[in-house]
Amino acid sequence: MKNYIKYIGILALGMVACEPEFDNPVDEQDAYSNGEADFSNYVALGNSLTAGYADNALYITGQENSYPNILAQQFAKVQETQEFRIPFMADNAGGLLFGGQPNPNFRNRLVLSIIDGDTLPKVYTGMAPTTEVANSLSGYFNNMGIPGARSYHLLAPGYGNIEGLGADPTTANPYFVRFASTPGTTVVADAVAQNPTFFSLWIGNNDVLGYATSGGVDENEITSLVMFQGVYSTIVNSLLESGATGGVLINIPNVTDVPFFTYIPTSPLDPTNPQYGPNIPTLNQTFALLNPALLALRGVTEETPGESEFSIEFNPAGASPVIVRDESLPDISQQLKTVLQDNGYDEATATIYASQFGQVRQATSEDLIPLTSSSAIGALNQERFEELVEMGLPQSQAGLLATNGITYPLEDQYVLTPSEQEKISARTEEFNEHIKTVAEQNGLAHVDAAGLLSKVATEGISFDAGTVTSDFVRGGAFSLDGIHLTPRGYALVANKIIEEINKTYNSEVPTVNIGNYGTVTPNNQVGN
Amino acid sequence: MRKVLLSMVFALAGAITYAGGYRVGVQGQRALAMGHTGVAVVNSAELGFFNPAGLVYLENQLTISAGVSAVFSEVAWQNEKTGESARTDNPAGTPFYFNASYKLNENLAVGLSVYTPYGSTVKWEDDWAGSHLVNNIELQAIYIQPLISYKVADFLSVGGGPIFVTGSVNFNRNLSRTLTDIDGNRANVTIDASGVNEWGWSASALFTATEDFRIGINYRSEIIMNAEDGDADFQNIPDTPLAPFSDTTFDAQLPLPAELTVGLSYQLNEKWLLAFDFNRTFWDVYESLDIKFANGVVSQNARNYEDANTWRFGAQYEATDRLTLRAGYYLDESPVQEGYFAPETPRNDSMGFTAGLSLDVTSRLAIDASFAYVRFDEVDASYDYYVDENNQTVPFGGTYKSVAFIPGLGVTYKF
Repeated sequence: MKNYIKYIGILALGMVACEPEFDNPVDEQDAYSNGEADFSNYVALGNSLTAGYADNALYITGQENSYPNILAQQFAKVQETQEFRIPFMADNAGGLLFGGQPNPNFRNRLVLSIIDGDTLPKVYTGMAPTTEVANSLSGYFNNMGIPGARSYHLLAPGYGNIEGLGADPTTANPYFVRFASTPGTTVVADAVAQNPTFFSLWIGNNDVLGYATSGGVDENEITSLVMFQGVYSTIVNSLLESGATGGVLINIPNVTDVPFFTYIPTSPLDPTNPQYGPNIPTLNQTFALLNPALLALRGVTEETPGESEFSIEFNPAGASPVIVRDESLPDISQQLKTVLQDNGYDEATATIYASQFGQVRQATSEDLIPLTSSSAIGALNQERFEELVEMGLPQSQAGLLATNGITYPLEDQYVLTPSEQEKISARTEEFNEHIKTVAEQNGLAHVDAAGLLSKVATEGISFDAGTVTSDFVRGGAFSLDGIHLTPRGYALVANKIIEEINKTYNSEVPTVNIGNYGTVTPNNQVGN
Repeated sequence: MRKVLLSMVFALAGAITYAGGYRVGVQGQRALAMGHTGVAVVNSAELGFFNPAGLVYLENQLTISAGVSAVFSEVAWQNEKTGESARTDNPAGTPFYFNASYKLNENLAVGLSVYTPYGSTVKWEDDWAGSHLVNNIELQAIYIQPLISYKVADFLSVGGGPIFVTGSVNFNRNLSRTLTDIDGNRANVTIDASGVNEWGWSASALFTATEDFRIGINYRSEIIMNAEDGDADFQNIPDTPLAPFSDTTFDAQLPLPAELTVGLSYQLNEKWLLAFDFNRTFWDVYESLDIKFANGVVSQNARNYEDANTWRFGAQYEATDRLTLRAGYYLDESPVQEGYFAPETPRNDSMGFTAGLSLDVTSRLAIDASFAYVRFDEVDASYDYYVDENNQTVPFGGTYKSVAFIPGLGVTYKF
């Protein structure tokens, strides 16, 4: 019997020993070092990129795959951390409701649909949006990324006040309205109130991006350098004064590295398109009569037609560039009208042509055409059509003359010209200079997101199942809106941030495998 | 008896991997206590599995050995680069055996053996890092074998019989590393087939050199389990022509490889018996797990197993008239080759430490208890042949550590 007892004892021991144990288990607190940083209460500030916005909307799985949430999960492997609270949307549809009403500016997410060979992303209609802006969430949130926010918005009282949504211009942001602690608070105040031990700040994109995505229509839309510098330093100082022991500053990517600007070629006109191809001979005949005048007035003499962007000609055998209005060109409509009249055009026709082609050229490879132009190119410009009909043109001719990008130049908002690009990149550089300086002055980690996304755009970044590139839809880095990242793209950013944090704070935060993060979501439940 | 047998088949049909591949070496408490040696040990009706040729040497007219083990087996995985970790949450496996031998005359015995030499239950947390390879798998095979044992000469007997196998498989994994429905739920597939029946055979010989020294050889044939028209159930598939998956049926083959055992036993003196077995399991047959769906899609999963050996050592000590103590050790080679370490059968080489005892309750009835602890080295390994949706080969690796612990209880009845 004694023997029995002995064996039962061995049995019991075996039971306890049954759990396999590693020599260096990664799930124990001392597996990795947090170095000089304290990640126990991490707060992220920023805009849509910080919120996890993707596919032109904010939705739950996007928020879960935001880079701050990825960071928080990795921080939790290094030391004991507080729960990383996220102001979750109500669904994965993504649209916002204002007093129960949907809003055309905050529609559902885009999904990748394939319908009769059409693969352009479309709005998901599989479920109606359920996130009501007025339903404010209680408590503080660690992810304070607010889609649409510019640098100075983070310091703007009332940015989360629902009353401000109705003001003209709007003084509030519906995403901050959802989780602002009080109507009068600021984003930074709510961040500071959480006494963060560590913070990240990725702001400034919208300070230039708003200008860029609207095709550079209003130059005032770019935040001034002085304003940005002041605001940015104030934000960082506030966070440091609140007791944060460390943080990471992320710079502003060059907006021209995103597929939103690179996907639509400047020569998108395809002669096999039945709406356009058959019209090429007529178009070329018409422009052949105008081109000598256009060239002469622009001071171009030696060029043969088709070799200058100022002479307009469409290739019947290959892709042709669109025609665009370039506001940096001298306006020659008055002279053009005179020349045309001198050459026997009646006044009405001369007036129409002059007004239409006074600041026009064909696009060159230097131009960037935003993704939002894709539906406009080759489509009838209704406004111009009605104008022309009013002027007395027959409908057929008015239609021909009011085709966007072919006869009617793409409006300024549909094209980013080299001079506009120059303004954006110059200001981005200035902003980034300041971000770097602030990081250096305060001993904070600095992440060159601009360099990272530029590398993605030019050569791509390899991972265990291929290469992440900026190709629209297929590349893996950018979501279906062409500006915001996919979960894989955000994971890539998170890894870069981790790398820089580890360098700055001698920490050992492990990186993630970006191959485990998804890209674009296919779904055929779509509408327009 | 039939009723008991059937209820055992249905109630205890769980089994678990702890030997190489999905071989489960738990076919007798007395043998297991001695490092699962037994091809040359004439001890009990456990011979029905280990060497049916020996049944004719059992002293009693009727001998029955039956038992069941509880297999507690867990696997841990981690990746130091990413800080990810995962642990299986396997239900306890319950491999069992039933052996009966009836001696017709001095030279001829018949028997029946029921056992579960192959099986696997591995249950990872759903959507863990390797979920594109496996979330969970449950594999069962029950062997039912009528036996005959014939003494050809005083020094030689032969035995064997046909094997009827009935098996089932249930396997779930995610379709890829990232495919989800609109709400982020991972797309996955469960394949399920049961009542898969096949036939095989085993043959053996026992050579009695002297009264104290025996040599045995046993061969069990390969059996290819053909699952036909199993159910394939797809879940969380997004509504898109890019993921054209809907519930269908499938065909698949899973080999239960042949096994050759040679070994010897030596009765040192009245108290001590020593035994040695060598197994070679012909895993080479398991090249690939190919699942052919009814819609023509074929999922190919390279396995590339190689034949694997096991060396087993055991000793028995008769402590008193009623109590026998046993101990053993074995070294078990894994059939899994470098780069093919799949988390569905995460097995590297292992060592088994075993012990046990038999207590004669009456002159006819003995209780057999055994205990095995299987130790695996921590191993850095990967499966490099997963092909993703873009036809890219994507490795999945990390550090694995497994452990298994198997208490078992049985009875031996002699009449």
